Amino acid sequence: MIYIASPLAVGIFIAFVLGVLGLSSFFARKTQTAQGYYAAGGTIHWAVNGIAFAGDYLSAASFLGICGMIAFSGYDGFLYSIGYLAGWVVALFLVAEPLKRYGKYTFTDALNFKFNSKGIELAAAISTLIVSTCYLIPQMVGAGDLVTPLLGLDHHWGVLIVGVIVIYIVATAGMTSTTYVQFIKGGLLVVFSTILSIAIFMNGINKKPYDGYHDFKNLTATMTDGKVTAVDDASYKVLGTVKNDKGVFVKLEKDGLTTWFTASEKDGVTTVKEALSFVKTGDGKELFNGAAKEENKFYQVGHASKLVMDGKEVESTGALNPISFLSTVEQSEVVRFTKVLFLDGKDTVTLWKQNPTSGKEIMKPGLKFKVDKGSTFMSKLNFISLMLALFLGTAALPHVLIRYYTVPSPKDARKSTIVAISSIGFFYVLTIFMGLGAMLTGVLDVESSNMSAPLVAKFFGVILFSCISAIAFSTVLGTVSGLIVASSGAVAHDLITNYLGIEMTDKGQVRAGKIAAVGIGIVAMILGIIFKGINVSFLVGLAFAVAAAANLPSIIMMLFWKKTTSHGIVASIFVGIVTSIVIILFSPSTYLDLYKTTAIAPIPLDNPGIVAIPLSFLTLVVVSLLTQKRGGVAKNV
Amino acid sequence: MGGHGPSADWGVDNASDYKAKLGVYMFIVYVIIYTGFIVINVASPKLMGIILFAGLNLAIVYGVGLIILAIIMGLIYNYLCTKKEDELNK
Repeated sequence: MIYIASPLAVGIFIAFVLGVLGLSSFFARKTQTAQGYYAAGGTIHWAVNGIAFAGDYLSAASFLGICGMIAFSGYDGFLYSIGYLAGWVVALFLVAEPLKRYGKYTFTDALNFKFNSKGIELAAAISTLIVSTCYLIPQMVGAGDLVTPLLGLDHHWGVLIVGVIVIYIVATAGMTSTTYVQFIKGGLLVVFSTILSIAIFMNGINKKPYDGYHDFKNLTATMTDGKVTAVDDASYKVLGTVKNDKGVFVKLEKDGLTTWFTASEKDGVTTVKEALSFVKTGDGKELFNGAAKEENKFYQVGHASKLVMDGKEVESTGALNPISFLSTVEQSEVVRFTKVLFLDGKDTVTLWKQNPTSGKEIMKPGLKFKVDKGSTFMSKLNFISLMLALFLGTAALPHVLIRYYTVPSPKDARKSTIVAISSIGFFYVLTIFMGLGAMLTGVLDVESSNMSAPLVAKFFGVILFSCISAIAFSTVLGTVSGLIVASSGAVAHDLITNYLGIEMTDKGQVRAGKIAAVGIGIVAMILGIIFKGINVSFLVGLAFAVAAAANLPSIIMMLFWKKTTSHGIVASIFVGIVTSIVIILFSPSTYLDLYKTTAIAPIPLDNPGIVAIPLSFLTLVVVSLLTQKRGGVAKNV
Repeated sequence: MGGHGPSADWGVDNASDYKAKLGVYMFIVYVIIYTGFIVINVASPKLMGIILFAGLNLAIVYGVGLIILAIIMGLIYNYLCTKKEDELNK
């Protein structure tokens, strides 16, 4: 897809970034102490902190990833919304207040409060670093994806811009500015998503989404011996047929332009349907729908093939309300574009074929996560594993946990969690409208699902598009800053000061934190460039699994099981990290997307949650029971 | 969980045991309902497609319901905790 950057978009983006930097410089002058740097002095109002939670949490994965997944796979994307929000229930009911009561700057403090163990300090600090890094990768990848349509820059520029700005924010002012930046962004994201959803309702659904939307040709063809020999439109010339296990594909030419169609037979009549194609020819040329990229023949897509409202077929629905919007999609039929990859002689063809899907299937799970048609035991287990990791991951994310230390008391920690749940929950309900809206307004870029929400905003005007994209970009900035503060706290406070026992002045601690922030920022930039092109939501799902397996068993058991020992906690953290990462490294998705090999992966599970989380719990219980007498049990405080 | 925090400057919180217990109960309620959602999806996915009301199917009602339920339970929890805090921490 070709994107032309509009001056307005660039202007709004720059204004946003300058605003963020200005705010950081303002708070930098106020941050002098370690307490101020890591925990914003513990003086943030709970309501501000609650919205800042939303800013931290509604990262690139939520806004870009979930909306994109809904736009391409319907309800299955919404499963992420449900799981991400349910995770907050764990945070609120079990973790928020006690964690605030026990800790000072970082969650390591809280975990170690009862034990005062060097082992816990080391394990928790390492776990914070690893989980933060896993979570940083998708944020950086998302930032890179976003600058392409917004500013017309390459992926790696996006990563570098985010890296440099974030390092500046974090290294100047720490948690206070991070919090206010998150507060503003979290608030704006929810407000603008509401505006976008209202625009989608007012617009309703139209069979032809807009004037000039590409008219996809469906032609009747003559098939002889498994090959298409002619079509009923004389302006097309048949160039060839490719038949493989994925289907029958026909190459047609019109006005010197070669395009691909898919052939199907029903009641003895063969129909060929126009598809989108990207061909890499044997001699290295790249053709988008038969033409060079600059000719812009690659269309934005997404439309209803049958539009049914209250049982009657219509061309256009007019304005809808949230409920009639969903029930109209349920009754209608939508053309999704599904990707297939095959060889045509020396050419590699990537084809997005028309895949008319009934609304009934779009509105329930099954298009991406196989739980119904075509499901296997493994596919069902993957589904359960994902839902488990999402549920238990939230309350184990370092940058979420660290936010409990910015408010004055446990009571404020609780209240800010409720503000967070309400605003985040409201946003997640909107994702289904934004995602389905993108699916039906002919705006999808089949090459990148991540851009669906910004592109549907663009349909309603460049101002909405620019604001939403700038907010999405700064959401990445905010999440990344939160993660870097959490990791720099792990290095400077937990590792250097506590574990190594190096005495530092208050100023020295702040300086160590800032140096750590710069180092982690640089690592994040490098990883963001390496991991380009991997699905953002998928990566976040993995980060949640690692967080849940590494941290959650210790947090929960430390709070609710009196026999927990420090040895049990250390063992559980290491077992959680190692198992989840090993499963990820040997999983089918990693083999396909990262190593890009078709070899069979040794572990058939994509999401490690279902194995790693119970194993980590079990390790904690067994090791704790074995070490009862070695003095690792909590002091009765 | 009888412990209170280290020399915390917000003082002793007499309601903390009550709040912890309430939190666990409410958590269990939510876990049961969340598990129900997963079980239906895995064991009987066709059930998710049945229309409940106003043209909305079970998948949408249950899914959006889980989100709204979390918000409502959060508000109830906060109300009960605040009431107890005011009662016990005079």
